[in-house]
Amino acid sequence: MTTRTGLRSAQRSDFAWAWLFILPSIIGFLVFFAVPSVRGLLMSFTNWDLLRPAKFIGLANYAKLLGDKEFLHALRVTAYYVVLNIPLQTVIALGMAVLLDRFTKSTMIRGILILPWLLPNIIVALLWLWMLDPTLGFINQVIMSLGFERQPFLGSVDQAMPTIAAINIWRHAGYTAILLFAGLQNIPKDVYEAAAIDGADERQMFMGITLPLLRPVLIFVLVTSLIGSFQIFDTIVITTKGGPVDATRVVYWYIYEYAFVRFKMGYAATISVALFLILITITVIQMRYFNADTSDLD
Amino acid sequence: MRFRFNALAIALVMVSSMLLAACGGAAAPAAEPTAAAEPAAEATAAPAEEPAAEAPAATDAVTIRYGLWDGNQQPAYEACAAEFTKTNPNIIVKVEQAGWGDYWTSVQTGMVGGTAPDVFTNHLAKYPEFASKEQLVDIQPFVERDGVDLAQYLPGLGDLWGREGKRYGLPKDWDTVAVVFNKDMLDKAGVTVEELNNADWNAKDGGSFGQIIKKLTIDEAGVNALDAGFDKTKVVQYGFVGGGSGGAYGQTQWSHWAVSNGFKFNDGLYATKYFYDDPKLAETIQWYADLNLVEGVSPTLADVRSLGATALFTAGKAAMTTDGSWMIGSYVNDAKFVTGFARLPKGPEGRKSMFNGLADSIWVGSKHQEESWQWMKFAASPACANIVGSYGVVFPAIQSGVDAALKAYGDRKVDVSAFTAQATEANGTFLFPVTDFASEIGPIMDATMDSIMLGEEPAADALKAANDEVNALFQ
Repeated sequence: MTTRTGLRSAQRSDFAWAWLFILPSIIGFLVFFAVPSVRGLLMSFTNWDLLRPAKFIGLANYAKLLGDKEFLHALRVTAYYVVLNIPLQTVIALGMAVLLDRFTKSTMIRGILILPWLLPNIIVALLWLWMLDPTLGFINQVIMSLGFERQPFLGSVDQAMPTIAAINIWRHAGYTAILLFAGLQNIPKDVYEAAAIDGADERQMFMGITLPLLRPVLIFVLVTSLIGSFQIFDTIVITTKGGPVDATRVVYWYIYEYAFVRFKMGYAATISVALFLILITITVIQMRYFNADTSDLD
Repeated sequence: MRFRFNALAIALVMVSSMLLAACGGAAAPAAEPTAAAEPAAEATAAPAEEPAAEAPAATDAVTIRYGLWDGNQQPAYEACAAEFTKTNPNIIVKVEQAGWGDYWTSVQTGMVGGTAPDVFTNHLAKYPEFASKEQLVDIQPFVERDGVDLAQYLPGLGDLWGREGKRYGLPKDWDTVAVVFNKDMLDKAGVTVEELNNADWNAKDGGSFGQIIKKLTIDEAGVNALDAGFDKTKVVQYGFVGGGSGGAYGQTQWSHWAVSNGFKFNDGLYATKYFYDDPKLAETIQWYADLNLVEGVSPTLADVRSLGATALFTAGKAAMTTDGSWMIGSYVNDAKFVTGFARLPKGPEGRKSMFNGLADSIWVGSKHQEESWQWMKFAASPACANIVGSYGVVFPAIQSGVDAALKAYGDRKVDVSAFTAQATEANGTFLFPVTDFASEIGPIMDATMDSIMLGEEPAADALKAANDEVNALFQ
């Protein structure tokens, strides 16, 4: 008991220190997240055009949003991207993680896998933009030398979004694989040994042991990469700028276009608030549905 | 389990921070244009030193920052600036250049952030927006005080920059559009320049100009598009390349075709209604798109996007294009073959070219508006027009400057009469459509024209829907 009260007083005296250490984080949070968020919310009730003082216009922006067909289109295009991106990326990453876990201990290979993720998004997008160019690009040279027809990739309404999804899968799969790999390392090896003794094959072990025990990490990866892919923007700025036509006009590009091309900052903020509400709903559903706070290892 | 809590804690922190990032979404992209503006600012730093270094260092000299986007014109205006400082030793002009895209981003963010140039080259598609947002100095009082003669400019150019008694710019130059051709390819196909100059055009079958395009389109087997055996999937030389879909104005892409077919953008300066649903525009745009989609005598929009029509032409992939007079130098210098300029074909309503002109504007946030006005007045004066003309990169807005430009082109043995004849011909030009809401019309028409050019929608349907959308902006 004496030690306990001692600890408590020590905790009290450490309290000030704790705050001091947390302070930089809190300042960062306030300056870069809290204040802009609140300002963004306030902005959504104005008609601010960047150059003249903002005027309060109540819920007019929200009323406009409800009837905005292009916003719905932007949501659809974004959802299309997410559907193209997330399942494939997660499956590829899971495959790579399992291979890493079962067959190699090489940190070199892990390093190479994560390399695309270390490149800035802008560089990745530029790199692929050049490689996929319809006239000069390396990829089309290869396709033609194999006797096939040249492909427009980013220049075609049908191919643009799958191409962007592929670029981002290339960039993120390695990183996701490393996260999943870390999760795999957490699964006790004796479970596999026991299964092997009972005569389970690789497939049965994967379905019966790896997947269930990996669930918390898998959910973490799914939630974060889902939100990340909703925020697809930089690749689009570099490669298609929302085009051709409006095939890649995702929500973030739509927000950018309203804010900095059409000078309607107020409406852009309104779309952002709507996007925030959508994302938070998706996240809550995901967390509930997958029971992310429990593990089958318990 | 230890791991479980760790993972959950990380997940929560990351999720919450990402959500907050999502909420600040409107603010987040703001970093992008600033970043884009940075290289532009760096790129301009070096050349801007020159005139400043040459200028006599007066004790209380004021430095005026002057922005322009056309790198080809930079040496000409630097020469003007040096000349200006000779007579105004207390004003130094620092010329800052950035390419079209970066230029407007940096001007706009500069206006928000308080760092826009004092004087900047303005465009007719952009200035009404800046004026309505109170970013431009009304120079009418200066014009009246100093008695600037607006009649010295070529007819029509001055009026484009005024609205309701206010004035936002003094004209510096003008441009028209003509046909650019590869002389070697013409010779090989047996097409004479005279034939090209006398060609006619219509939206149904392209007229004799359409025949020339076909004659100049050649497939792998050396068969041209007039021949029944022509294979449009194996084209090695296109007869024509247009400069892309052209968006709301199609200045060098389709405006000359459409207007020579009887189309009219709107009812004139600051009109509040567009006529994009005119069937005459629809048939014109369909003809333009079908050059690629049906005939295969022009490259795909994706190919034009990737390299640019100018590069496709100078690389010898296409025999003809249409372009503006400010591009003359680029064609003559970059092409490894003989390049020439021919008259636009005669449409049902005659030959028509858009007549566009640039002017300088003073930013309302400039701390030196009087000095800025002095520079702007000089840049639009005969003295500067003659200097700019002598560089032979653009046609100045004052006749003596035009003569200087013609002499400069003549010295280089470049025949630019296709552009000047178009400008001086009766009813040979129509003015750039200046209206409000250009920044919103842009995205609507870009997407519409793209969808037609890509064959996603027929022109008539797409343009009708777009016109409704555009005109709704004015209500």
